[in-house]
Amino acid sequence: MTHGDGDAEAGPVQVRGTVLTVRRVEAYHAMTVVAPGIAARFRPGQFVTLAVGGPATSMLGRRSFSIHDVRPDHGGTVEFVFAADGPGTRWLAERRSRDVVDITGPLGRPFPVPRDPVTCLLVGGGYGSAPLFSLAARLRERRCTVDFLLGASTGDRVFGALTARRTGRTATITTEDGSLGARGIVTDMLGQIIHEARTDAIYACGPMPMLRQVTLLARRYDIPVQVAVEELMACGIGVCMTCVLPVTGPDGITRMVRSCVDGPVFRGEQVRWDDVGTIPFDALGAPGWEPRSRRAAGLSGAAPRAEAGNGPDGQARARQQGSAHGD
Amino acid sequence: MATDLRARLGQAELPNPILTASGCAGSGRELAQFLDVSKIGAVVTKSVMLAPRAGRPTPRMAETPSGMLNSIGLQGPGIDAFLQRDLPWLLSRGARAVVSIAGGTVDEFGELAARLSDAAGVTAIEVNISCPNVEHRGQVFACDPGAAGAVIDAVRRRARYDIPVFAKLSPDVTDIVTIARACVAAGADGLSLINTLLGMAIDLDTLRPVLAGTTGGLSGPAIRPVAVRCIWQVREALPDVPVIGMGGVLTGKDALELILAGATLVSVGTTIFHDPSACLRIVRELEEELARRGIERVCDAVGLAHEPRATARRRLTGNVP
Repeated sequence: MTHGDGDAEAGPVQVRGTVLTVRRVEAYHAMTVVAPGIAARFRPGQFVTLAVGGPATSMLGRRSFSIHDVRPDHGGTVEFVFAADGPGTRWLAERRSRDVVDITGPLGRPFPVPRDPVTCLLVGGGYGSAPLFSLAARLRERRCTVDFLLGASTGDRVFGALTARRTGRTATITTEDGSLGARGIVTDMLGQIIHEARTDAIYACGPMPMLRQVTLLARRYDIPVQVAVEELMACGIGVCMTCVLPVTGPDGITRMVRSCVDGPVFRGEQVRWDDVGTIPFDALGAPGWEPRSRRAAGLSGAAPRAEAGNGPDGQARARQQGSAHGD
Repeated sequence: MATDLRARLGQAELPNPILTASGCAGSGRELAQFLDVSKIGAVVTKSVMLAPRAGRPTPRMAETPSGMLNSIGLQGPGIDAFLQRDLPWLLSRGARAVVSIAGGTVDEFGELAARLSDAAGVTAIEVNISCPNVEHRGQVFACDPGAAGAVIDAVRRRARYDIPVFAKLSPDVTDIVTIARACVAAGADGLSLINTLLGMAIDLDTLRPVLAGTTGGLSGPAIRPVAVRCIWQVREALPDVPVIGMGGVLTGKDALELILAGATLVSVGTTIFHDPSACLRIVRELEEELARRGIERVCDAVGLAHEPRATARRRLTGNVP
């Protein structure tokens, strides 16, 4: 199944990996799989997908998990963290040592790391913090200073608090019920930490509302922010078009991009957070969108905005609507 | 002796009868990370339209028992980008390209066929008249023999004579044979059976539909019996029309089932999401299944289930009395 084909050398591989361990970590599970090809290619921020349910499974979508850690033992192992809260993840939690799983990776774009030794704040929500520890190691190799800010609803849902305390210059924990660290959510503390730690760059991974808030605050302080998004995926390799979200490119054009191959790491300010879950009217190819050349030619310039739902020609109607917005 | 898997698609000879299904393999580039795309019978591209299209809002997918619902809304880069970037890439890799086209009007379909005919290297055109996901639900061409025929007629007129045109039909019709006949009468060289079934799921926590588009196309092994039935019925009515069969093919055994029902070629769709290297695995499995049954050429198995038991055996074992 492994396929080494010229330009695919640095790309992902699909392998049958042997499960080394599945262990409980607070409210979560961590699975370690022997997968040398994936471990060798890994960079922090990338993820793996697994088929779940065995050969005659009724669950067709692959499950995706960001890679927590890779280690050189057994030729190369990959560890990821998950919450066993659905039939697929429960099946994974029931795997035992020496079971074999169909695993693909490393997938997606990794976190970019700064060239200079700057001060980085790593923000994680729930088990979204899993990919931040290998990122921290990479940042420390670059002589960056690393501060952690981790949060969750309860203490047992904060992933990696101990590691954060041990390896970060500072580690701030927040829980909504106050059972660990400060009571509240991570974004309550963000401003204060940015001031105290003199943060130069932020990395964040966790639920979408958290990423939206972190981006907002980072912009206020004019600090670059890299976020790893969590979108529902079916394939993880860019063919199913399930995991799209509106992202504005350097050319100023918003596109519905796939978080699996164009992400999961994005510059925070490029994601149109308020429009996630929608097709913004000005996105490339949205109903009403048309090439600039045609708009310039005035082909539908003064068309009045039509009410949605009447009119037999939906295509034309949508176009009119869009140009009313655009002009 | 090795099993002969070669299959014909119009003028082209394919190394095997396993294709990707439209919308499940992009334009082949992503799959090339996991397998050699030139070893697949042909790559059927995601439906291309005239203009770029952003598709539908998310959530776009819901997993269902042995199936999934999708409501992508034909997101794609449009024909210009496809001809500039995707088609040349496929051809440079030695892959055979079957291009799926979709449109909102009969003219759009015709225009797409003309554009593809100007480009070199298109092995066949698959006309997606049955996508239940397009924005305008009243206009599903595949549900009306007149509209379906009009689209196929426009495509056949404007496509180069040597590019075969396949009409991809929806199973969500009262009588699929009526639609099949209308398409063939309008000039279709073959039929692709079947597209997804329209389905829906409701989230019990939010008490709302799971998909942003409310309804979606159901695919996966859950729909395989429907595919087998449709292929069977069309083969009974139109035994000489080539059929690309698809619908929940997970293994070589599944591919063989569709072939026995009357498919000359078999597309693999949703299974690719589950296993990106599925196509070549299914080629291997199909070869084993044929060998196990003493079938030397895959073309001998096409429609075999329609023949009486004794005839079928005689055809396979040669001149045994």
